[in-house]
Amino acid sequence: MGMTLTEKILARHAGLDRVEPGQIINARVDLVLANELSAAVSIGVMRSIAGADRVFDPEKIALVEDHFVPAKDAQSANLAKMMKDFAREQNIKHFFDVGRGGIEHVVLPEQGLIAPGEAIVGGDSHTCTFGALGAFATGMGSTDIAAAFVLGEVWLRVPPTIKIVYRGRLREMVFAKDLMLQTIGMLGIDGATYCAIEFHGPTVDELSITGRITMANMAIEAGAKNGIFHADAKTIAYVRERTSREFVVERADGDAVYQRVVEIDVDGLEPQIACPHTPDNVRPVTEVTREDIPLDQVFIGSCTNGYIEDLRVAAAILAGKKIASNLRVIVNPGSQAVWMQAAEEGILTTLAAAGCAVNTPGCGACFGGHMGTLGDGERCLSTTNRNYVGRMGSPKAEVYLGSPATCAASALTGKITDPRIVSAVGV
Amino acid sequence: MERRLRGFAHKYGKNVDTDVIIPGKYCNLVDPVELGKHALEGLDPEYAARMKPGDIVVADTNFGCGSSREVAPIALKGAGTAAVIAKSFARIFYRNALNIGLPIFESVEAVDGIEAGDELEVDATAGTVRNLSKGTSYKAVAFPPFMQALIEAGGLKPYVERRLAEKKSGSTPRAS
Repeated sequence: MGMTLTEKILARHAGLDRVEPGQIINARVDLVLANELSAAVSIGVMRSIAGADRVFDPEKIALVEDHFVPAKDAQSANLAKMMKDFAREQNIKHFFDVGRGGIEHVVLPEQGLIAPGEAIVGGDSHTCTFGALGAFATGMGSTDIAAAFVLGEVWLRVPPTIKIVYRGRLREMVFAKDLMLQTIGMLGIDGATYCAIEFHGPTVDELSITGRITMANMAIEAGAKNGIFHADAKTIAYVRERTSREFVVERADGDAVYQRVVEIDVDGLEPQIACPHTPDNVRPVTEVTREDIPLDQVFIGSCTNGYIEDLRVAAAILAGKKIASNLRVIVNPGSQAVWMQAAEEGILTTLAAAGCAVNTPGCGACFGGHMGTLGDGERCLSTTNRNYVGRMGSPKAEVYLGSPATCAASALTGKITDPRIVSAVGV
Repeated sequence: MERRLRGFAHKYGKNVDTDVIIPGKYCNLVDPVELGKHALEGLDPEYAARMKPGDIVVADTNFGCGSSREVAPIALKGAGTAAVIAKSFARIFYRNALNIGLPIFESVEAVDGIEAGDELEVDATAGTVRNLSKGTSYKAVAFPPFMQALIEAGGLKPYVERRLAEKKSGSTPRAS
């Protein structure tokens, strides 16, 4: 009986010939990630563990300031300072300060810190993003991360794997985000709880690395432990451009056992919208736009859709035009590198000229931290990943989720809009 | 962990997510008592003021879905919540709650049988919930043996201390 991709990676990291779902293992990790919020708690926990003076390997820890950045207030600054002091004390090489990093999940792949076959744990639920590169990656709380800091290993229950096979070609103005929203709508927000999701099929083979990142990023929105793609030539080229580190490309066995196999035909798929207040409340855009849904804010960015490809799509729709007068648009390039690339390509100017506020990278708007928080009764269409009550600020606000194209098209009209109409008639 | 817990039930629906358990804007707080003042604020703004220390949160499926923020169980515990009983828990919240010492119990029959305001007594060791208001009792799903051992050892920290000592003496990871 064969193993799934996740089982293969976990078996190797546990030093075992094989593992099976439900088994508890001790897995070695190749990288442990934390941000200033999760790290601050982890550092406190680590200090309280007898004999835990040093991290297991200062080369295998990544610390990224991204949640309340630039520091929102003294309390946030103190947490960032605690992480920075810890990085210095422990000689942690991969410490990313404000202005030299960005959003953790955007920064790590682009800096070559993630490679196929690796096992990564992070103190942030969207750590599952790194599965896009064929790695096992999962989010954990700060106490588990403190344990990983000192041990370089974590205990895990081997997840059963759900295999999802996508067939068909994405139509114009339909993106990886739409594909993943549709998938979450189908699975439900607890449809993959405790499971790995293994993405397959010709549709996702065609996706860029960014598209796969968007999909793996939202695996947690179905409750999954991790989401993973097989590394292919595109993945290896992407990683090789960024690191010379050795890595092992694993593949699921032909006779791997899956908890279930889901087939999705994408041929007729239209842009998708997750309506308030759960990411699985997903409807096709034509159904949503049957009623007028005016917006107060559009947000483009985050670890889901804060990549250069996303900004290019938004800029192509907004170029030479003005956003509607009833709303504000906040754009948040995902990392310093994305920001610089967008500047070089003239994208930041295009967006600013259209009336968008372009921010420095950070997670603030997405989780209601700062730099784009919603007020009572406000409604936002966002490229982010969650729309729970109060997610982006006031519990009386409403958040809709969509692709960067849907967000840009809606920015022009001031209400939720099908991006295919904008591209057809040039609103 | 306290073996016997006694308190009144506060009942909620399914998918109580971490954004309503502790909204993002409070995630830069570190003091459990301060966090506790905002526990469940996004769902039930009166919870912290209304609840009495020792009270028990009862909810439907997928409790704690969303973010990995450990301040979610810390806020519930900081408010004085003695335990959470739910039909099921989201994965990261489940680990976090056990790691920080917030007792959690999975029981479909308990959640179906308990109404808001019922007085409950939980035997944490036996995994039983008695509904003193209704005179009924329910069984919680037993923790997997590894988790049970972790809880009995006093949580993750003693486990890490033991593993550190093992690693220093050169023994290999133990997988059960």
